[in-house]
Amino acid sequence: MSGTTSRAGVVGFDAELTDAAARTARSDRWYRVRSRTGKTVLWIVLIGLALVFLYPFAWLLAASLKPRSEVFDNALIPETLVPHNYVEVWNQLPLLPWIGNSILIALLAATLVAVSSSMVAFGFAYFQFPGRKILFGLVLATMMLPGAVTMVPQYLIWKDLGALNTWIPLFGANLFGSAFYIFLQRQFYLGLPRELFEAARLDGASYWGLFTRIAMPLSIPSFVIIFLFEFQASWNNFQGALIYLSAGSVSDYTVPLGISYAMTTFSPTNGGHGDYQYVMVASLLVTLPMLILFAFGQRYFIEGVATQGRKG
Amino acid sequence: MSTLTKADAAAAAPGSARPPRGSAGPRRKNRKYNRREALAGYLFISPWIVGFLVFTAGAMIYSLVISFSNYNLATNSGTPAGFDNYAELFDDPKVALSLGNTLFYAVLAVPLEIMVALGLAMLLARVGRGAGIFRTIYYLPKMTPSVATASVFLLLLNGNTGAINNALRFFGIPGPQWLIDPNWVKPSIVLMTLWGVSGTMVIFLAALKNVPRELYEVAALDGAGAVRRFFSITVPMISGAIFFNVIVLTIAALQVFDQAYLLFWRDQTSSSPAASLFYGVYLFQQAFRQFDFGFASAMAWLLFVIILLITLLQVKLSNRFVYYEADR
Repeated sequence: MSGTTSRAGVVGFDAELTDAAARTARSDRWYRVRSRTGKTVLWIVLIGLALVFLYPFAWLLAASLKPRSEVFDNALIPETLVPHNYVEVWNQLPLLPWIGNSILIALLAATLVAVSSSMVAFGFAYFQFPGRKILFGLVLATMMLPGAVTMVPQYLIWKDLGALNTWIPLFGANLFGSAFYIFLQRQFYLGLPRELFEAARLDGASYWGLFTRIAMPLSIPSFVIIFLFEFQASWNNFQGALIYLSAGSVSDYTVPLGISYAMTTFSPTNGGHGDYQYVMVASLLVTLPMLILFAFGQRYFIEGVATQGRKG
Repeated sequence: MSTLTKADAAAAAPGSARPPRGSAGPRRKNRKYNRREALAGYLFISPWIVGFLVFTAGAMIYSLVISFSNYNLATNSGTPAGFDNYAELFDDPKVALSLGNTLFYAVLAVPLEIMVALGLAMLLARVGRGAGIFRTIYYLPKMTPSVATASVFLLLLNGNTGAINNALRFFGIPGPQWLIDPNWVKPSIVLMTLWGVSGTMVIFLAALKNVPRELYEVAALDGAGAVRRFFSITVPMISGAIFFNVIVLTIAALQVFDQAYLLFWRDQTSSSPAASLFYGVYLFQQAFRQFDFGFASAMAWLLFVIILLITLLQVKLSNRFVYYEADR
């Protein structure tokens, strides 16, 4: 099974590479729609789909600018514009601490997992040791392990360590690397010429020096990819925060847990006034950093691919 | 931290080239292991070994032990319970209910996700310049945190005033009470999932671009129509990606939690439709609301066995259908 996992992953990588190459060099016009009518229909369909995908965002923006009485009215253009929602939301919800907590946790989670995964990947890529293949097979196998199976025991482990209602469980396990990232970095390191390392060895570099002075600097593109993916995963992590933080103080929440909390407390069934416009503002504010990250990250990915493509 | 996020990440992960000859890979083994080198290797991978022993292997053994006990949170100890927790899996009607709901959802969601993602990818593959902007737009929902998605869809799916039913009404179709009618609870969550289907789409797009153009040219010369070309060339050539996506999406569907919890079970006072009780939600409730860790662990093991069996079945089927280039 591990074989198929790695294979499928590699399909993705190679294809992205070809993707970049296709843009620059190859002419595969044959595959493309050529007739004018065909092109028009294709573009209409693509634009229509784009509107469908964008609609919830537009709707979210509209709802965040409405007064309480109109949030549910479903108009895309608010009848009454209430930009004041964006000021008032900070008084209604402890949004500032939530955002601070989320940023701190995401930074820690992403940095730790990127460094530890790189280190482990270098161990698997460069060194020869008994059991290497079996251990790497285990790494791949853990990728297929459903998170639900380890949810309860991991909670009890953190409980035994006295880490409940702290942020530690939300990034602590990242100290030990993560299977997919290890796989990704190992692929990258395997692509580096061995002579590079042998030459440094002759110059007296230690094994640790090979990693910090050669492998790490060269792998910055894939390092950034790991960082971005984990930052996103951590920023969006709802279930983890729900398990580990919901019993603690509200100001220690992360943004996803905070929004869920707001949805509940504003609900009229819980004695709230149905102030969903603030939930909408908060939802928009939690989404925005991810969209910015993507705008930045997407360009970075393509650049990284192009650099590697030129090297190959 | 979930394994699936990582798998999703494969979608946009760019290329590290296949290792060329004479790469940093291990040397041919015509000599014994160098002891210093081996030791250094173990030291480099030691973080993973510790993590594996504690948070994977250790956790699984811990979980197995707990599943045979009645864990008491107050005293932090368990009394042996034999197979009681496993017997309760069959006695508690909510286990069967939630398992049924989850399987039904998976059967509905996975094929739709595959079809929509492949359809979108094939559209994008046919556009030359300008594909990038559409790929970006289609990908945006994937970046959206599940809480934000849930809070928007909670209102979009509203049976009376929601935008989706308004759109249906425009076409003269009376929309259902998505979030109330038990028959429409699962399609609601499928809709939310489809909005974020772009991770799968990106994997398909990458696979499609790897299909050699010559195959289509030859097929066209031989008079194969578009449908024939799709089933005789496209599907076999991207079968590896289809297989990967089916497995990843199935595992994700069987563990569905965020959307169901946020839409139906967040508010503990509300009466949620039984049709929205998914296995992941019930497992969460048993563990972290009832603190019945023994029973929750037994539930987790049942889910693990089910996922394992389904995955093995898919792997077995794939051996008959998946095409791999021989030399790779």
